[in-house]
Amino acid sequence: MPIAPLPNLLAALPEIFLAVAAMALLILGVFQGEARAAKEVSWLSVVVLVVAIFMVGAQNGVRHVTLAGMFITDGYSIFAKILVLIGSAFSLILSIRYNERENISRFEFPVLVLLSTTGMLMMISANDLLALYLGLELQSLALYIVASFDRDSARSSEAGLKYFVLGALASGMMLFGISMIYGFAGSTGFDTLAAHLGGQATPSAGLVVGIVFLIVGMAFKISAVPFHMWTPDVYEGAPTPVTAFFSVAPKIAAMALFVRVMVGPFHTLLFEWRQVIWAIAVASMILGALAAINQRNIKRLMAYSSIGHMGYALIGLAAGNAIGVRGVLIYLAIYLFMNVGTFAVILSMRRGGKMVEGIEDLAGLSRTQPAMALALGIFMFSLAGIPPMAGFFAKLYVFMAAIDSGLNVLAVIGVVTSVVSAYYYVRIVKLMYFDEPAAGGAFDRHIGVEVNAVLMVASIIIMFFFLYPAPVVAGAEAASAALFPG
Amino acid sequence: MNELLHGYLPILIFLIIAGGVALVILGASLVLARQNPDSEKLSPYECGFEPFADARAKFDVRFYLVAILFIIFDLEVAFLFPWAVSLAHIGLFGFFSMIVFLAVLTIGFIYEWRKGALEWE
Amino acid sequence: MIVQAICFYIFSAIAVASGVMVIAARNPVHSVLFLILAFFNAAGLFVLMGAEFLAMILVIVYVGAVAVLFLFVVMMLDIDFAQLRSGAVRYLPIGATVGIILAVELVLMFAAWVFAPEVGQALAAPMPGAHVTNTAALGDLLYTKYVYAFQAAGIILLIAMIGAIVLTLRHKPDVRRQKIGVQVSRRRTETIALVKVKAREGIGEEEGVR
Repeated sequence: MPIAPLPNLLAALPEIFLAVAAMALLILGVFQGEARAAKEVSWLSVVVLVVAIFMVGAQNGVRHVTLAGMFITDGYSIFAKILVLIGSAFSLILSIRYNERENISRFEFPVLVLLSTTGMLMMISANDLLALYLGLELQSLALYIVASFDRDSARSSEAGLKYFVLGALASGMMLFGISMIYGFAGSTGFDTLAAHLGGQATPSAGLVVGIVFLIVGMAFKISAVPFHMWTPDVYEGAPTPVTAFFSVAPKIAAMALFVRVMVGPFHTLLFEWRQVIWAIAVASMILGALAAINQRNIKRLMAYSSIGHMGYALIGLAAGNAIGVRGVLIYLAIYLFMNVGTFAVILSMRRGGKMVEGIEDLAGLSRTQPAMALALGIFMFSLAGIPPMAGFFAKLYVFMAAIDSGLNVLAVIGVVTSVVSAYYYVRIVKLMYFDEPAAGGAFDRHIGVEVNAVLMVASIIIMFFFLYPAPVVAGAEAASAALFPG
Repeated sequence: MNELLHGYLPILIFLIIAGGVALVILGASLVLARQNPDSEKLSPYECGFEPFADARAKFDVRFYLVAILFIIFDLEVAFLFPWAVSLAHIGLFGFFSMIVFLAVLTIGFIYEWRKGALEWE
Repeated sequence: MIVQAICFYIFSAIAVASGVMVIAARNPVHSVLFLILAFFNAAGLFVLMGAEFLAMILVIVYVGAVAVLFLFVVMMLDIDFAQLRSGAVRYLPIGATVGIILAVELVLMFAAWVFAPEVGQALAAPMPGAHVTNTAALGDLLYTKYVYAFQAAGIILLIAMIGAIVLTLRHKPDVRRQKIGVQVSRRRTETIALVKVKAREGIGEEEGVR
């Protein structure tokens, strides 16, 4: 009878720590009473995330597979996990004051964010289709709940419901794909799959269908066209800090997982899946550039913007080599700070104690709040990919990877769509600097020290990335090398 | 495999008999009884009144909450069966693996108790 | 063997038919009942395949719990489903197109069904012989080898629990609850005041019983 020895849990220590901390905070919150607990648990959760960052950072980059081959840590997982944890921590910091003002401050929120982050780390470390699915569900289930966290608001409930129904559909398709892969290849372990598929001359049709369904599920999670339908509604309806959270941490985790699945077990099938990735990358970039032009709501605009950005990141995946993966990781790192910063500004758009979300509300911001206008200007230029902001370098690295792999058409389409999308980013800058101040006057002051701090950190990183890009680039390089040994 | 299915033979026979009896009874009442329906006879009887409204009314969402909490614990119990069967083979590690699982669910239970989700008001 | 084949065809035919009825039934409550029938037949199919544990879990969890939840939801939503469904006719052409494409793909795929030759060797945990029941076979692996998946499932259940409470639990104000501890530990002196009442004067306001 197989008696398994105790698996090596040290590799999974950050995940275990996060899960245990989330449960401890849940108990702490429920015993402390509603009113005081929310703020305390939120800040403690931020501390937990920071500790987790250090725990992940303390791991060495050596490839380490444990828990019956289901869990892997390597240089790649360390880099992606740190990004995700930073994203979650920033979104939590942004959420605290907002939730209090909107009267939805409850201690379950940070706990759910922690649990969802645990799921994201599990996704990044997945080395088995089963682990992939469980991590994804753990993450998504918590996300569905936080999307409708403002349960007295019809829009928030609608956002959660839409996200849930479509997410469940995507999960179903993905499970179908996974069972096809299992049926045709006989295994769910990434290592076994890689070894078996390497020997085959032509993959069986069923396997390819399975992979396509898997891609559909992953594309849904990163909201790439044509599986993006949920994004604008969910972004608009969910409470704004939740939108900020959605636009960074789950995207990064899903993208990291996507890359690992594609270049790991299915690396030998590059020519089969590359066309699919190519198509969804092109479609996402085009839709992201065109659909955002007509948006009047800044959260919807950011939704289309994130669809477009996922398209650019997918270019790196389409390249399918170490340079491409490095491009994806650099892109994700910069995307994280651009988005967090932009959402810090959006969260500060309050007038008379209420949120405003229209783009016109930003008019004349440079005169009423010059610092905030400057910061948003930096983020908009960066999102548009205008040098010397960080966003330019992000795009540069993926386009370079595309050209390096002979995907010239893809790179050209990427350049064209970023020029088109620059229109609506720059329009916001124009609104802020050249238009008369909006009717309602200035935004409320007192946006909070912590929001200001996040804003400052993000804008400094985006502005001055070009002076000292080495840590990110070198880290991404080491991380991508971990996926391509030898 | 066949041995396993042989074990289910009584259940199959039982199902056939149950289905047969049900068919016979329904069929007999259809064939033997006098059938003379009209619209008044077929309409639902509501204390001598005309039917007021559709039978569908809004339920309190608390029913749903209780049902979903029930499902969660039901699933948890489902995990206990194989564990109980093979507890002898899986050693201390298997034992404590279930203890951790139960601890996680117990934390959820404490949470819902303290929250008052189990009280009906 | 012939009995097995007959059972297979009966179970699968009823499962497919009740699956159709789930969508086609006019009354949503009937849909749920057909769903239960489909679950039962699926359980029968599982037994035929030798997966008795799965069959029983299907009956316990899906029929016993999930279907009940569905019934609650169907009853809770005060929606005129007939009206909802009237829109479906408009989308019938596009839906039918998608369905036909999917069906064609499935047929093509089954025509091209080739297992990788090494499938048998890649199996992580081949089915043990007939002497081990499949409940025991699951138990031997689930809690030790697949402990990661098992614990992840536990946390997913925890999230479901938190989510259900966060989204639906509301405390009504002004509800008088039974607090047994408080009620039992009440003392006579806290609740009863003995008042000497003089003849024809009654009880004064300030001394009145609260």
